[in-house]
Amino acid sequence: MSRVGYIALNTYRETVRDKVLYNLVLFALLMIASSYILGQISVYQEVKIIKDLGLAAISIFGMAIAIFVGIGLVSKEIDKRTLYSLLPKPITRVQFLLGKYCGLCLTVLVNVLVMTAGLYFLLFLMSEPFEPALLKAIFLIYVKLMVLVGVALLFSTFTSSTLAGVFAGFVYVVGYFSSDLKNFDSVVETGALPQITKVLYYLLPNFKNFDIKAPIVAGDIVPMTQIVWATAYGLLYVSLLLVASAWVFQRRNLK
Amino acid sequence: MSAVETIGLTKDYEVGSFLKKPHRALDHLDLEVEQGEIFGLIGPNGAGKTTTLKLLMGLVFPTEGDARILGKPVDDRRMKAEIGYLPEQPYFYDYLTGRELLNYFGQLFGLSAVERRTRTKELLAKVGITSAADVPLRKYSKGMTQRLGVAQALLNRPKIVFFDEPMSGLDPVGRREMTLLVRELQGSGVTVFFCSHILPDVEQLCDRVAILDKGKLVAVGRMSEILDVSIDTIEVVAENVEAELEGKLRPLCRALERVGTRVRLSCAGQADFDAAAAELMQGGGRLLSVTPVKQTLEGLFVRKVGEKAQS
Repeated sequence: MSRVGYIALNTYRETVRDKVLYNLVLFALLMIASSYILGQISVYQEVKIIKDLGLAAISIFGMAIAIFVGIGLVSKEIDKRTLYSLLPKPITRVQFLLGKYCGLCLTVLVNVLVMTAGLYFLLFLMSEPFEPALLKAIFLIYVKLMVLVGVALLFSTFTSSTLAGVFAGFVYVVGYFSSDLKNFDSVVETGALPQITKVLYYLLPNFKNFDIKAPIVAGDIVPMTQIVWATAYGLLYVSLLLVASAWVFQRRNLK
Repeated sequence: MSAVETIGLTKDYEVGSFLKKPHRALDHLDLEVEQGEIFGLIGPNGAGKTTTLKLLMGLVFPTEGDARILGKPVDDRRMKAEIGYLPEQPYFYDYLTGRELLNYFGQLFGLSAVERRTRTKELLAKVGITSAADVPLRKYSKGMTQRLGVAQALLNRPKIVFFDEPMSGLDPVGRREMTLLVRELQGSGVTVFFCSHILPDVEQLCDRVAILDKGKLVAVGRMSEILDVSIDTIEVVAENVEAELEGKLRPLCRALERVGTRVRLSCAGQADFDAAAAELMQGGGRLLSVTPVKQTLEGLFVRKVGEKAQS
């Protein structure tokens, strides 16, 4: 295995041994389970509610894990000075960053799989047939979370965990209103604001591209090309975020 | 080829929250450490010792100058595979056990699984924490963490080890073991570069030392060169020293102190001692003891740093 792989596995081990993570996953599974109760009180809508809430839980708790763990990926290592004994080993700073990124993506993947299993188990209890279309939505949620881990990692390379959390949260929220940013000039036509929102639109990831929950739950067909394009968009964004993180971190003095 | 070489190595940090001002932590350091020697870097707090080590480890980048280890740049990965480093007050992943940490670092060094197992077992025994091998590091005491830090620095059988305050957190037994370990490393041809505040340890162990103060090199050389091996001071204890005699003796000694009925004099060298002894005899004083005192590293350190402060 490569050094990146070893760093990734250690990062995974760190998150797995963190009790906070278990609390989050437990909470997510409870939320998925509670959708069963909500389904009982909504006539003829049980399955739809379970799917809606289930996918939302995977997205929200995945986001919580990606941001809360991601913002500490580098800054925590600097604060706790664990990096001081790690970087003098025969690894590069880029290998360290890639390892940390892959490790957290692995953690997020395992959690998404656990929550997915929880959702399908609930649907099975409702005697629903296995519905593979849900996996398309979950797959794009995961791609979105990969982008979010990259965002958190980038902020983590140059600021404290708290500020990185605020910035990553901001990017997540604004990224959901990306299309509104694009059309902002139709609301406000003068001043610098339309220009600023235009720059933000091109700079920040458009998280709506990964959101196909509503059509999937409604039973609409989401074409494969849309999924492929969204994935390519996500991977391109991840690459840019990793390059930016590496650029920043390779210049950072670890005082 | 030198083990370590720095040429005009300089580091400026920016200090202050809003109005940032540059602070020179290290000022044009020229240093050469030969292979196989034990080299000590000493200096008061804020002298630039840890900054020097961080520059050598590639943790911070120089403002000016260059550093090479085993003839290679400090970010060379092949070179990094040949060195070991113990940071000051080390902190490791507290969710790992001692054994897991050494295994992980062994993976980063590219050691095989068998080699990792063997080295881990050997080193845990060498630093005396075999019984805590499977205990999470969050339960380790400061001394145990320090011992594990030493173990991880030796994992790859390095050609050079860099120890930042290696005696910190160790009890007297641990310090003795550390001294023996450094000697053993030197015996097997390993270069040891270490920073310490504990000057008697440095004096006892090092072949050469460098003294840093406020980022500048104040003195560097072999112990025998920088410490005057001849007698530095002659301590004399006498009695029956009246006030008049005391006045005559005072210009002949560095210090004169009255302790009860006796006086204690510190004479700088043989000539001053001869003159003081003659005056003492003529004035009716009685010589009780004469103790020649050699210069210590601590004495030199205090003097050098003091001279620099005055200048």
